[in-house]
Amino acid sequence: MSEISLQIDGKEVAVSAGTTILEAARSLGIEIPTVCDHAQLSPYGACRICTVEADANGRTNLVASCQYPVEKDMVVRTKTEQVDKIRKVLLEQMLSHAPDSEQLVALGQIYGADRDRFEKEASFCILCGLCVRYCAEVKKKDAISFFDRGAKREIAFLPEIAMQECWDCKECFPLCPTSALQAAYVLTEALMTPTEPAAPSCGGGCSSSEGCG
Amino acid sequence: MSRIKSPAELEAFRKEILAQRDPDKPCITLCSGSACNATGSGKVAAALELEIEKQGVTTEVVSRRTGCHGFCEQGPIVVIYPQGICYLKVQPEDIAEIISETIKKQKIVERLLYVDPNSGERATLEEDIPFYKYQKRLVLGSNRKIDPRSLEDYLAVEGYQAIAKVLFEMTPEQVVGEVKDAKLRGRGGAGFPSGLKWDFARNAPGDQKYVVVNCDEGDPGAYMDRSVMEGNPFAVLEGLMIGAYAIGANEGYIYVRQEYPLAVANLTVAIEKAEEYGLLGKNILGSGFDFTIKVHRGAGAFICGEETSLLNSLEGKAGEPNARPPFPAIRGLWSKPTNINNVETWANIPMIINKGAAFFSAIGTESSKGTKIFSLVGKVNNTGLVEVPMGASLRDIIFKIGGGVPGDKKFKAVQTGGPSGGCLPEDLLDTKVDFDELSQAGAMMGSGGMIVMDEDTCLVDIARYFLAFLSDESCGKCTPCREGIRQMLKILTNMTKGLAKEGDIDLLFELAEATKGSSMCALGKTAPNPVLSTLNHFREEYEAHINEKRCPSLSCKELIAFHIEPEKCKGCGACFRKCPAEAIEGGKKRIHVVVQEKCTKCGGCHEACPAAFDAVKILSGVPVPEATPEEARAIG
Repeated sequence: MSEISLQIDGKEVAVSAGTTILEAARSLGIEIPTVCDHAQLSPYGACRICTVEADANGRTNLVASCQYPVEKDMVVRTKTEQVDKIRKVLLEQMLSHAPDSEQLVALGQIYGADRDRFEKEASFCILCGLCVRYCAEVKKKDAISFFDRGAKREIAFLPEIAMQECWDCKECFPLCPTSALQAAYVLTEALMTPTEPAAPSCGGGCSSSEGCG
Repeated sequence: MSRIKSPAELEAFRKEILAQRDPDKPCITLCSGSACNATGSGKVAAALELEIEKQGVTTEVVSRRTGCHGFCEQGPIVVIYPQGICYLKVQPEDIAEIISETIKKQKIVERLLYVDPNSGERATLEEDIPFYKYQKRLVLGSNRKIDPRSLEDYLAVEGYQAIAKVLFEMTPEQVVGEVKDAKLRGRGGAGFPSGLKWDFARNAPGDQKYVVVNCDEGDPGAYMDRSVMEGNPFAVLEGLMIGAYAIGANEGYIYVRQEYPLAVANLTVAIEKAEEYGLLGKNILGSGFDFTIKVHRGAGAFICGEETSLLNSLEGKAGEPNARPPFPAIRGLWSKPTNINNVETWANIPMIINKGAAFFSAIGTESSKGTKIFSLVGKVNNTGLVEVPMGASLRDIIFKIGGGVPGDKKFKAVQTGGPSGGCLPEDLLDTKVDFDELSQAGAMMGSGGMIVMDEDTCLVDIARYFLAFLSDESCGKCTPCREGIRQMLKILTNMTKGLAKEGDIDLLFELAEATKGSSMCALGKTAPNPVLSTLNHFREEYEAHINEKRCPSLSCKELIAFHIEPEKCKGCGACFRKCPAEAIEGGKKRIHVVVQEKCTKCGGCHEACPAAFDAVKILSGVPVPEATPEEARAIG
């Protein structure tokens, strides 16, 4: 792999091709805030908190540092007035869902985010996808997934898989940045809801919270 | 017919087809695109078949069901060649007369001709109708001449001449060079130079490459791609095949939205025919080049028009975008180099090869070449598809071709570029259609949607409408798009209900900046455009909604009231009879009164009140006057 040299916050660094800006910054000890990033998972780019300003090929762009690969002679600024303003608004939007999330509150303090700026939303979930991706990429079970789209997007366990896989796992619970109970709640709800009330036997539609044995 | 094995055989076949066709023989073409089908083209076609038989002209006339002619407002459309006599709004009962008069006696059926709504003049020929006169139909032009399911018809209009030239006379580099020299830019929205995009895919390492047609046209009110795909699928297939040869692909995919059944049907027939004649498959025209095409139907998500989402959907995954880079040209379908272009872009390719880059690049402006198809809809007299050279002004499109705004209403704004485009006011009507000029004006070319709005349209409500659409259609993957649109939509909805607060405009700007700046894909990055462009050009409307709780266009239901002016009311009862909510108190020779609590603000009373009385007023931002007391309501 060839080395690519670039500049981040005024510091020069050379990293191998394919490295993301986030990884390159970390190698320099520069911290870029993240919410949906996780060491064991491939970059996803959902929270956009890691947005930075990058000059490359004669253009200046705002890019998600967790996904954007380094380019030759790129100049990256991880903290600018515009970037900080964007992070503040994004945090305020997430805090409208999860005003008590320790991680979000701490980040909010750094960027001056007002957790009461937007009306409270019904769901705690900020759709970072850590639970979904961990279950798919690390556990390879796909017991939890995204449903619907746009403002209606939500996470839900698939009862058929969850009742087989989740009881002795629950490794996704502590990953949740808004509340570990969020995942637990959604899981319980999935398993308590009879999906096929008319079917008496377990065709994957068993209504018992104990599993059907 | 067996497979065509060489360019010589292709030309021989073309000659044979042309020899069988007498250009002077009357040919009745009937538009059978989706729009004309909806207005009864199918029944007209049946009547046409019957009547030709009945009047014994089977050998003297040819009839053909073609794709969309563009003038959808006036469908079903019949055009009789070679003269080009154009009959509009043709019904089955008109057919007998068309045959007995026009075909047999060369007489015009006056009542079916176009009448200019402004001058009252009739136009006999298609080319004399202002709607067509100012167009330049390089891409759509063939639609009216050919049956989209007939390979013979396509061959009769120079079809497959370009692929023969490409396969036998040009290297792939030369083909890419030609497209680069033509300066063709993608018609799907971003306007990226197509030749450059082809070059990326061509130069990307890998043996397996793909070409894809993006026919997931989802902009509300836009149907350019549908009409091209329905009306001339062979041109898209030929363009795609040329692209495949240029970048080194042997497999192509056509992603068509499920909601376009006729496009899918015509395309499927076209592919079958092309396969049958050896114009798809192995060793095309004996060149050694193999190419196959598969059709994939989209399941109804606007986001799948975005190229990475489209590819995910093609692979069977959820229609959600990926980060770019890597671009599809490097890592696309099944991680292989892939070139995706929009339908209209592909349909331009055979023409560029046939007529040359110089011909194409001579049309248009410095930075935008060729023609562009727009779907001209909304408050405009002549709605339909219009194809104009790049550089035509919005004013010419709306007023010369579109015939201006219906009724006595005033033009207010034109929205270009689909839901994430922008609204431009009257003083920007001289803006030229050009990728860069439209962007600078705060709108965008997009894929060619053009919605005209008159003085009754509230621009705050328009911004709300588009944001509501985008809120539903965002995939929801990234925060700024999902949450930013959600918050902007809440503010706009509050504004239209009179619930806005001071500072809401600043908050909209702040949310717009975050959404634009940090969203993953183009949907989010452009989603704030409807808000920003209306704020820039129509800020006073926002301020009226916020500060005075007034809707200047008298359109936002929660900010208006209907009131009958007692001194003007003649007690005719027209409004009373029209009201569906029993919200009007009346009586013979009595002043009528709207009971505000019962009124659903449907506007029926306002429409019903005779113009001579003009007693029903729409109020906004002012208190509704006290109702005339019962005892004082008797008139005269």
